[in-house]
Amino acid sequence: MTLETDSKHSFGQKHVLDLDSFTKQEITHVLDNTVAMEQVLDREIRKVPALRGKTVVTLFYESSTRTRVSFEQAAKILSADVINVSSGGSSAKKGESLYNTALTIQAMQADIIVIRHPHSGAPHFLARQLKSNIINAGDGTHAHPTQSLLDLYTIRKNIGDIEGKKIVIVGDILYSRVARSNLWGLTKMGARVVICGPQTLIPNDFLNGHRTEEGHPFAGVEVQTDLDTALKDADVIMTLRLQLERQRAGHLPSLREYSQTYGINARRLAIAKDGALVMHPGPMNEGVEIETDIAHGAQSVIEEQVKSGVAVRMSLLYSMAAGQNLEI
Amino acid sequence: MSKSVLIKSGRLIDPASDRDEVADLLIVDGKIEKIGQITSASQSTAVYDADGMIVSPGFIDVHCHLREPGEEYKETIATGTKSAAAGGFTTVCAMPNTNPPIDTRAIVDFVKTKALMEGVIRVLPIGCVTKNSHGKELSEMSELADAGVIGFSDDGKPVSDANIMRQALTYSSSLGLPIINHCEVPELANEASMNEGWVATRLGLKGMPNSAEEVMVARDISLSELTGGKIHLAHISTSGTLDMVRAAKKRGINVTCEVTPHHLTLTDEAVLSIGDENSVFDALTPKAYDTTAKVNPPLRNVADMSVMANGINDGTIDFIATDHAPHSSVDKVCTFQEAAFGISVLETALGSVLSLYHNKKVGLGTIIKKLTADPAAFLGSNLGTLKVGRPADVTVFDLNEEWKVNSSLFLSKGKNTPLDGTLLTGKVKATFYGGEYVYRND
Amino acid sequence: MPLIEKRIQNPVQIERALTRISHEILERNGGVTDVVLVGMHSRGVPLAQRISTAIERFEGVRIPVGKLDIGMYRDDISEKGSPLMKPTDIPPDINGKTVVIIDDVLYTGRSIRAAMDAISDFGRPSQMQLGVLVDRGHRELPIRADYVGKNVPTARDEDVQVRLREIDGEDEIVITTKSDGMGDEI
Repeated sequence: MTLETDSKHSFGQKHVLDLDSFTKQEITHVLDNTVAMEQVLDREIRKVPALRGKTVVTLFYESSTRTRVSFEQAAKILSADVINVSSGGSSAKKGESLYNTALTIQAMQADIIVIRHPHSGAPHFLARQLKSNIINAGDGTHAHPTQSLLDLYTIRKNIGDIEGKKIVIVGDILYSRVARSNLWGLTKMGARVVICGPQTLIPNDFLNGHRTEEGHPFAGVEVQTDLDTALKDADVIMTLRLQLERQRAGHLPSLREYSQTYGINARRLAIAKDGALVMHPGPMNEGVEIETDIAHGAQSVIEEQVKSGVAVRMSLLYSMAAGQNLEI
Repeated sequence: MSKSVLIKSGRLIDPASDRDEVADLLIVDGKIEKIGQITSASQSTAVYDADGMIVSPGFIDVHCHLREPGEEYKETIATGTKSAAAGGFTTVCAMPNTNPPIDTRAIVDFVKTKALMEGVIRVLPIGCVTKNSHGKELSEMSELADAGVIGFSDDGKPVSDANIMRQALTYSSSLGLPIINHCEVPELANEASMNEGWVATRLGLKGMPNSAEEVMVARDISLSELTGGKIHLAHISTSGTLDMVRAAKKRGINVTCEVTPHHLTLTDEAVLSIGDENSVFDALTPKAYDTTAKVNPPLRNVADMSVMANGINDGTIDFIATDHAPHSSVDKVCTFQEAAFGISVLETALGSVLSLYHNKKVGLGTIIKKLTADPAAFLGSNLGTLKVGRPADVTVFDLNEEWKVNSSLFLSKGKNTPLDGTLLTGKVKATFYGGEYVYRND
Repeated sequence: MPLIEKRIQNPVQIERALTRISHEILERNGGVTDVVLVGMHSRGVPLAQRISTAIERFEGVRIPVGKLDIGMYRDDISEKGSPLMKPTDIPPDINGKTVVIIDDVLYTGRSIRAAMDAISDFGRPSQMQLGVLVDRGHRELPIRADYVGKNVPTARDEDVQVRLREIDGEDEIVITTKSDGMGDEI
């Protein structure tokens, strides 16, 4: 038997900086392989030798237990050697620049570096400086591609083909890297995307700037400030976390007013389609952007999102390691 | 024994004396001796063949950061002036945001002495508006003026306190010297690292809106009107600023302004670092977040950038100044948010601004005027012209020579330019300061 | 360069070979007790199912058939790009059982090594055996098949393709060679 591949370069990304560089086929490929990865998670011996001998370094400059553990688990199940560098323990606190930290890591001959950093563009910086493959686990307010992939997987698993479905993203779009990556991912998969939030938190120049030019990637995205209108016939409601800093920065009068105008509660859920999915990238501010009973209710797939995070990251790590030595 | 140089057969363009013709220029003992058809020259005269070249007065840069004293790892007076000479500049004004800043006579003297000992061209110091540039108390302007500063600025920072600015304009007006302000309202700029707009949002970076500059421009114009003091707006970048200056000048207010080569030619898309064949809608590559394009005021959008040429043509913009801001790789090889603001400009300034000529937006005479006669007039000096008896500060350049920018070859310590690897048309071939070669490339 | 295809087995020949293999499995293992078939994706799977069906015809007992994708056990992951993985479904509790791996073509032996590693992760069979429709030689590891449909000596630049009706629409085995083009130019 010769090893079959759909095409030699069914996955052609050297780095995963954001979903803007993925084709629909590549996204589908990662989601398809996630199914096989979930099977591995159901086995007694949850380990396969796919990434044996590879070194994966997680470099987290923002505290995030959940995402870091998710990546670590994914890499370890694939038999990679994992080294965790967190900003608390590394020299970052002493003022060692990202550049120097990265050189140290390169000396470890890391194959893949997973980085989360508070500055937008930090993964791009590493990709310029180092030879390793870089995965962006969240950079500033720019992107969070693996979160978007697991969101897409969760949607597909629950309601099937994403094409044509109405997905409403609610909340602080301006500062949300999850929303940004999802805008790319969802539009590439052919979804009908609506974003909804307070005017001060909608990045108008992103959606409208250059909009008259041909080829605008988000020409089809609808912008709404009234949540009840936005939710009509929605297949999926993606809520975003609202951070306290927004009120302090003058974007909002109060969290209370936000939750009254944009909080997802039972009344609003009823406006959406029957069985519409409720999603949230976490961690949640229950009572602010989402009511507790909705967050834990029958239509919520929030816990599933977390679970599928490991399988999606396994699929991504696998695809990145495969073809590492190919000319891409 | 007198020392003489004959610059032969060049096209002399000297806007200050309304000259544009092919002629020879004879320099004797550091001064311009004769202009015209010079057939007889003594045996000891060095001859520079400028056939096919433009011969202009040496350029004057009113806004330049030489970093010495205090940040010699970024630039020194020696390297900065050599870089200036390579760019065709024979006079630069040194901004005072050094460490210690130029807010006392002692530092003015230091800079002047260093320039004489190690610099290769003329350096005119600028003094701080406030003590230590802290924006709280006026610096000893009278003493600084006496020591030889040509104006006052807290550049790097704005003079945020309106009352301090009012007092500064009043006080300096009695000295006949301008206040040069970097207009930026801190609350609106709010830790941003580039222009507010589509590109910034695409990149997830905080943006500085045009209003951050324009609100303070409006304030300063009003204060200039109130006090009669002379306000000079450093490195303007928005169409709104341009409109306000135009209107203010019409009303006779004592306001002047300058523009940099990069605000005349580049936009915020430079931060994306896409090639010419790519679109702003393409996926970001690892080359995005180009820190060499990080500058303050930021590179604006196409609309703001393109009206600057109009401002040059209608005289609203008084002259071109480089805002040369050299940085070492430590300050630029990092994330965009961490990187220092500033571009190393001196050696690409001419090539950059000549693109306006080659693209038929601005005439050649106007460009040269904005680099010579007009900054000279601002300084109230007799420089910036090729007149018999004046110091022989002369720049010779090839209008049409195409060259590729290679920042690693810069004489400046600052290699930080978004133009690295790009093609420019127009190159300095020789620079004379007081009749001596301070740069030669042939 | 154009490919030349030569058919070396037709549907009838293939069916006969599978029937023989099914009998051999029964003979060797003394019946169906504790025997499990595991087909390797893609074409090992329908082959394993046909063998199980044949055995059911002879013995009246349906032995379990599992499916295995070895994508995560390859030793050449960096060289070959990212394949689409198909479901792996091994019957529960293979401890102490005889697992017969079924594949279409045995070549270098690396896929079989990967299959053995994969199966070992699911349990500890009392023994593993290997049945293939075609053995084309050129082993790179010390692996041999217990049951062989046909031995087909090949050159390295040739390719052996098994086509099955469940996947390709018809049954046949072909050898493809790159033609050297000699005689085409005038």
